[in-house]
Amino acid sequence: MSPATLLMEATYLIASILFILGLKAMSHPDSARRGMFYAEAGMAAAIIGTLIGQHIVTWVWIVAGLLLGSAIGAWMGITVPMTAMPQRTALSHAFGAMAAALVGIAEFNVHASEMSVFTRGALGFEVMLGALTTTGSLIAAGKLQGIIKGTPVQFKGQQVLNALIGLGMVGCFVTFWINPAILAAFYTMVGLALAFGVMMVIPIGSADMPVVMSLLNSYAGLAATATGFVLGNNVLIIAGTLDGFSGLILSILMCKAMNRSITNVLFGGFGAAVAEASSNAGGTMREIPLEDAAIQLAYAKRVIFVPGYGLATAQAQHAVRELAELLEERGVTVKYAIHPVAGRMPGHMNVLLAEANVPYSALYEMDQINPEFPETDVVVVIGANDVVNPDARDNPKSLIAGMPILEVDLAKSVIVLKRGQGRGFSGLENPLFFKERTRMLYGDAKGTLNLLVKAVEQS
Amino acid sequence: MNPAVLIASVYVFALAAFLGYQVISRVPPLLHTPLMSATNAISGISLIGSLVMAGAHYPLVAHLLGFAAVTTATINVVGGFWITDRMLKMFKKREPNPAKAVKP
Repeated sequence: MSPATLLMEATYLIASILFILGLKAMSHPDSARRGMFYAEAGMAAAIIGTLIGQHIVTWVWIVAGLLLGSAIGAWMGITVPMTAMPQRTALSHAFGAMAAALVGIAEFNVHASEMSVFTRGALGFEVMLGALTTTGSLIAAGKLQGIIKGTPVQFKGQQVLNALIGLGMVGCFVTFWINPAILAAFYTMVGLALAFGVMMVIPIGSADMPVVMSLLNSYAGLAATATGFVLGNNVLIIAGTLDGFSGLILSILMCKAMNRSITNVLFGGFGAAVAEASSNAGGTMREIPLEDAAIQLAYAKRVIFVPGYGLATAQAQHAVRELAELLEERGVTVKYAIHPVAGRMPGHMNVLLAEANVPYSALYEMDQINPEFPETDVVVVIGANDVVNPDARDNPKSLIAGMPILEVDLAKSVIVLKRGQGRGFSGLENPLFFKERTRMLYGDAKGTLNLLVKAVEQS
Repeated sequence: MNPAVLIASVYVFALAAFLGYQVISRVPPLLHTPLMSATNAISGISLIGSLVMAGAHYPLVAHLLGFAAVTTATINVVGGFWITDRMLKMFKKREPNPAKAVKP
């Protein structure tokens, strides 16, 4: 082994260790940032090691790619707003998967004839997973950005069509595995995988995005793992597997938080026409004058804010923090209750509130905060719906029956900030809105919160 | 790939899977978004595979595919770490006194 190769292998080992240490530091917000510096150092070491240790003969494409990628990456790093984090993350799943697929296709072009059966299998897996994750993530990003409409796209025979595409894809994979000389099988597999990715995500509604995002994260990671197997490169296997498992764990957590199985999320088409299954939560929604709401808040002892996706769309995170600070100055105890699937990706609400300078010690997870609702004077629900729907607990026939919820209906009073009288995204009726203790405040969340701040200041 | 290397790779994969499970399970839900962003940046390590395709002694088609892969992987590495850091910077403990200006 030449010294250059040895050096390269050493940087890979160092990178692997630094990646693991970096993720380990993520267990606490105080150490997380330092951990990422480890990971960045590991990445830099591995890149430099590769450039020294591999026999690079042409630099023009490498330099061009690095410069272009860095420019786009830095531009995204600077400009992407926190509210767009779900789209950004979906897009990065697409980029990661695309890199794996492209390397796989190049590898196929160069080495297919001399590959062992196993390597060829890994290559097929890499390209297939990479391709379907690329298009799947692009569709997810499009839905999150609002370029593609967020409602599930369903049509007759969809399942059959998907099954055919899936079978065709796997069939081509097996053909290529047995006989690498059949080029058409390989490229048909790529095409079918691209189509499969689209078909996989279009029937899924926006409210289920946290699960889809986690799954795509997992796929992108596993595609990188497969790349590692093809290239016989351990640092790729380790990094890809960490990514893959992280996504898998998050998918499981998200599914648990909705009391649904992954199959149900992928094939359920939740959020289509489901209105008839909701409980007949009769009665009227009672509106509350803004001044009354302000007085209720100003003279409360304990207040809990419950943010949902509506907070993100209204960009109301700064307004809610302002209101919370004002209340705290008056001696009110203010907390935030975060449901695991609130928003469009895992941890979405936490990031938004952190951006608005809400200290993380004020953010509470569902299990921590649920026992506190009965002693809470006012709960303010901001653009959240399903995660506070008591039907999930009380009505076994409800589509979301069994989903763990934030039990805000147990609080002494509830104020719901809502854009209009319509049903939420899922189309389910929410009995919370009709309860005796619930009052509605209609309008744009940001505007309403700003008015509340003014009203509290005057009371 | 000879069988010995393959077996070693499978060991690495299995151990990384267990380790990943242990490490990731400890990450609090508070940090799940930065976690996803961070693991994404880390798996941008597939960049090292792309570099070889773009620059080693291969035909032009490999160089072109490699170039595209280097670009997308670098976007993930640079953008991913950048955004992760931006997010993590925001997570603060309660400040002693925010010293808020009193509004009229």
